[in-house]
This record gives sequence, C-alpha cells and structure tokens, in this order.
Amino acid sequence: MSPALAEALAELPDLARAHLLLSGSAVAIGVILGLPLAILSARNRRVRAPVLGLAGLIQTVPALALLALFYPMLLILGQATGLSIPALGFLPALIALSLYALLPIVRNGVAALQGVDSGVLEAADGIGMTRRQRLAMVELPLGAPVILAGIRTAAVWTIGAATLATTVGQSSLGNLIFSGLQTENWVRVLVGCAGAAALALGVDGLLALVEAGLKRRSRWRIGTGLALLAAALAFAFVPLSGRGASGAKIVVGAKNFSEQYILASAIERRLQAAGFRTERRDNLGSTVAYQALAAGDIDVYVDYSGTLWTNILDRTDTPPPEAMRAALATALAERDGVRLLGALGFENAYVLAMRRERAAALGVDSLDDLARAGPRLHLGADLEFLTRPEWRAVRGAYGLRFAGQRSYSPTFMYRAVADGSADVITAFSSDGRIASLDLVTLADPRRALPSYDAVLLLSPRRAADPQVTAALAPLVGAIPVERMRRANLMVDRDADKRTPDEAARWLDPFALR
Amino acid sequence: MNAPPFVELVGLSKRHGVHVALDDVSLSIAAGEFAALVGPSGSGKTTLLKSINRLVEPSGGSVRLDGRDVGDMPAHELRRRIGYVFQGIGLFPHMTVAENIRIVPRLTASEAPDRVAELLDLVALPADIAARYPRALSGGQAQRVGVARALAAGPKLMLMDEPFGALDPVTRDALGRAYRALHDRLGLTTLMVTHDIAEALLLADRIIVLSEGRVRADAAPARLVASDDPEVRRMVDVPRRQAQRLAAL
Repeated sequence: MSPALAEALAELPDLARAHLLLSGSAVAIGVILGLPLAILSARNRRVRAPVLGLAGLIQTVPALALLALFYPMLLILGQATGLSIPALGFLPALIALSLYALLPIVRNGVAALQGVDSGVLEAADGIGMTRRQRLAMVELPLGAPVILAGIRTAAVWTIGAATLATTVGQSSLGNLIFSGLQTENWVRVLVGCAGAAALALGVDGLLALVEAGLKRRSRWRIGTGLALLAAALAFAFVPLSGRGASGAKIVVGAKNFSEQYILASAIERRLQAAGFRTERRDNLGSTVAYQALAAGDIDVYVDYSGTLWTNILDRTDTPPPEAMRAALATALAERDGVRLLGALGFENAYVLAMRRERAAALGVDSLDDLARAGPRLHLGADLEFLTRPEWRAVRGAYGLRFAGQRSYSPTFMYRAVADGSADVITAFSSDGRIASLDLVTLADPRRALPSYDAVLLLSPRRAADPQVTAALAPLVGAIPVERMRRANLMVDRDADKRTPDEAARWLDPFALR
Repeated sequence: MNAPPFVELVGLSKRHGVHVALDDVSLSIAAGEFAALVGPSGSGKTTLLKSINRLVEPSGGSVRLDGRDVGDMPAHELRRRIGYVFQGIGLFPHMTVAENIRIVPRLTASEAPDRVAELLDLVALPADIAARYPRALSGGQAQRVGVARALAAGPKLMLMDEPFGALDPVTRDALGRAYRALHDRLGLTTLMVTHDIAEALLLADRIIVLSEGRVRADAAPARLVASDDPEVRRMVDVPRRQAQRLAAL
C-alpha cells in the first residue's frame, strides 16, 4: 500500500466519526426545530409563508458561504456578550448545517400534515380527540413516511455539506479532500470523497429501511433501521480508546497550503513527543487564523511577519526584518496577549515570478520592468493576494497594470504559470516549485513588499505555558529556507509525492521518546 | 310532544359572511326519537347537525343536550358522549378495525372491558374482520365499522350525516334497516341528515325539512306526505311517483 493511501486510511476512522457526529447532530437539531415549525406552519397560514420562505432563503445561500458566515457572527457575538463562544470548529459548523437541514424537514413536514385526508381528520374530531391526540394518534403516524423522506433528504444534504466544515476548522472527511486538493494528492481526495459518499449512502439506506417499515407497518424494518443508525451514532459519540497520551489538548492551526500542513505536522510531532494530545484546524484563511488564535480557538500556528504587519496591524511601512519582528512581538502581546515565540529561520515572502524564458524574452528583471510590460501580461494570484494591503502597496509603488488578473488556489496558480495561462504569478519565496518550474523572481528595488519571516505564534492561554514553549523551542531558528523549499517540493511535485506528514518527518527529524 | 327535550336548539344561527346557513332555528328532539333532516343542498342540514357536536360553532343561539348548554363543556368531551357517523366514514387507515373501534375508549384512558367483538356483532360483521386494515374492507363493511366505532363509547345520541350516501342501493337499504333496528334496540336518539326523502320517510319517526336555513316543515312521515306546502309536495312526490311507476311495471 502506498504511504499516501495508508496515511489517508489511518485518518479515515477519526474523520468519519467527526463527520458523523457533526452531521448527525445537525440533522437531530434540524428535526427538533423543524418538526414543531412544520406543525405550526401546517396549522397556521400566517406562520407558514414566512417559515417556508426563510428556510428556502437559507437554502439558496451556498453551504460554504453559510459556514463562512457563522465564524464572524459568533466572533462578534462572543465579543459583544463577553462570553467565551468558540467561533471556530464544531459550533459554527453545527449551526450552519442545522439551518441547512431545516428546509427539507419543514417542507416535507408541512406537506405530510396537509396531506392527511380531511375525512380522517373529521372523524378524529368527531370521536372527540383533542388537538394533541389528533396530532399524536392520527396526523403524525399518517404523515410519518413523508416526514421521514424529508429527514432522509436533509441527512444526505448535510453529510455532503459537512465536508465543507473543514474550512471553519471543524474536522470532517473534507480534511482529506481539501488537503488532498491543495497538495494534489488525489488518493486523499478519493478516500475523502468515497468516505463521504459511503456515509451518505449508508445513512440514506437505513432511513429508507425505516421509511419502508413505516409505510408497510413492518416493525422489524423500523427496528433494524433505527438500531443500526443508533449504533452508527454511538460509534461517533464514544471516543476511541487506546489513544495513549492523556495530557492537555493543543489545537494546531494551518492555513491552506502545503508549507502550512508540513509545519503544523512538525509542531504536532514536537507536542506529541512532549506528551500533549493534539488536534488540527486546517485550511484557515490568513485573518481567520490569527483571530482564531487570539480568541483561543487554536493554540499555535505559523504565520508570516509581513502578513501580520500589514493585515493585523494595518501598517504600510516596511522596516527591516528584525525590527519588524520585535515590533510585532510587542504589539501582538499588548493588543491580544498573543506570544510570538520566534522565527523558524526562513522567509516565505510574496514574490512576483515568471517563467525564465518569458521574462528573458520580455526583458523583465524587476518590478519596474514589469510595470512597463504589464499591460500585455496576465497576472495569476493566490486567493488572498489581490485583496491584501501588500498588493495595494506594490501596485501603487510601481504603477502595475495588467491585461487581466485571476485568482487561483496556490497549486493551480503554479499550474497556470507553467501552462502559460498566466504570465506572472504571486509566488511564495519558500516554494520548491520556483526552482522546479524554472521560474525567476522579480526584484523589488523600491522595497514595497515587507519581509515575511515565518514565526511561531501562541494563543494567550498557551503564551506562558513552559511545557508548550519548551516543546516548540527546538523549531525556532531550525529551518533554513533551502530545507523548507525541499520539504515543500516533496509534497507539491508530481512524481514521488510525499504526504505533509512524511515531509515534516524529513524536515524536523528527531527521535521520539 | 310531551317527553322532555333531549336535544334542544334555541334560536340557532350561522352566518358565513353575508351567506346565512342557519337562520334562527329552534327545535326540540325527545329522547328515543329518530329524526331525519332533509332539504335541498345548502339548506343548512349539515350545519345544524354539526352545531350539536360543535364541529361548527354557531354565530348565535344555543344548543342544549340533556338540559346542558353544549358550549359549557370542552368540545372533545362533548363529542365523546355523542356518536358521529358521516359519509366520508373516516376510518383511520393506519389502524386495524379493532384498533379503530378501541380508540374511543383509549382517548379517555378508560378501563372499560374490550367490546370489539360485541360491537362487530351488533353491526353484523364477522369477528375475524377485526384484524383487517380499512383498505381491505368493502364500502358497506367500512360504514358498519364506522357505526360500530361511533357506538363504542356507548353514546345516547347519534348524529349521522348522509351515513349511507356513498353506498350502492342494496347495501344502503340493508344498512339503513339494520341501523333502525339498532336504534330501537339500544334506545338511541338519532338525528340523521339525508338528501334521500324516501330513506327519510321509511326510516324516521319524524322528518324536519330545512329550506334556506329555516325549518319549512316538521312532521311524522304520514303527515308530511299529506302536506299541502308546495315545496314539501315537490319533495315527497318524487318517491311517490317512482313507487307508482314501479308498481305499474
């Protein structure tokens, strides 16, 4: 078995459990909220129109956007109320998916209750049932198959949409899909997709069995279906035993590219060696990652000095690297209680890069040259760059203009420059692909771009934790840029690909106790 | 009418917007009577019947049952004391025949002994039908179960709204006569809405003719047939002519 497959399969059970726990809870909340709403709506036309309208409206919001929305909302709510509301991870994912599950449950619930034969209802009233008795003895039993069909739809949707929970830092089978996509590790993507599909089909099949049981009044069908569903949920809820380490749990964050996955793995390994349990929150956006750290939703991650300088502190000047790091350490500690533990030893700067022969043909060596050639060229940027202050700074400093500009996820951005769909890209200086694709980086004579030293950041809660700092201290100053580039290339190259975890072992080899 | 009124309607009215379904109707029904409510569509028969078990709430006037205003008790408690049979039958499709009949005592959580076999026998159905679901019954069987269910709580008053209207003529005739026998045997008071004047004349002790929400005539069958009210004559002439033409065949 290939190491990539073995690694993906090793992660599968835990991720499947997290996935099932999240989607199961979301559907359960959808049912708990949706059924009373359906009952109310079926009885009262004034309630029905707004309820169905609102549920339909929620459904038109893309699931990814809905998930993304709850992160800032919970953050603001937490700040406004002073309560410690986790804005990242399970809670925002649960809220978004529960809302998503609501529509099919409410819509089918209303249809089920309105579909009950009027003669049957007249008989129920005529023999002296109270409203509650009529609901429990007649309307719900008769509507059960249609109600359950709605729950089935909700379950399948939710299990699918739960893969997106990864983006708000909640583990799910989406972890495999997103990280596989970033590192072009298709085995991971396939394992993730197959896992999510199998889960959806399995749950759908069991609910179909219960539905058939309700229609045919077959007790064994209902019983078997419910028992197996309960067993699946129990599997999701009961923690796996034999995990060994019983120490405190440290949450390690990572943004959405290979270097971040590798460094997060290296951090995890160091922490685990020191007896901590660790958990990952991957694929965080730049600002989200820092906010999550400041709020304590994650405990440690690697960021880059220039990013923090411009995005978090809103600075536009570009002091020398050491001065910038020192100023950052003071400012972040004062403002958020975040500790800058130290620089890892390499820089991952935004650099504009072109293919060597293209740059030579156009006579472009520096950003000044690029400003001249720009109007005939296409720019490929990562998903963040064009909205970042650095872009405004560099564009303003050199007067850059392009014939067109597009945003890509990092991997596809390198593809774009390799196949000529982009002439210039916003590459990362520590990226192994700069060398492997034979790109040249353009000089920045006006020093418009700040330095981007990779720095280890600790949350306020862990800032002064001697065990955590001791465990991570060996990483400080230990990773020269050449080493980081090679580790990145191990993950990003097409042939002989390694997983981020394998690259982390190579990057930071040390003997586990 | 010397017997004390068992059901008493006083100035009963029902309006739907500008439409008047019942217009100041006052009536008394004695215990043990079998009264038929007849009249053209829209004359207010069903509204009158449903005002008694409060499936319709009147706009004005009152209904007294055994001397007590029906508005004074919760509707579901009132309805448990009254048998209700209607054209739609409304057997619960997710319950067996036995469960359909048993549900009435179940509502009150009463510990009464199980009367399913006795009730099925009463409506002349075989005992083995108890385990069937309603979809496996013929129309006549289903309405017999409907009658059995209505009798399950042991009501004194039966309200019937076109109970046999959807059945074929032979079944309808048989069921009508069987029910009349039950009425006498159990000492029931029955108020039955029908649009079939012949059925009313042959089954009931008393016929109340409604027209445009008012009582047009109220008499025993023999006197009704002799009425000189032109509208009543038009009604009773239909079965009479049919009978004469049948006899002449």
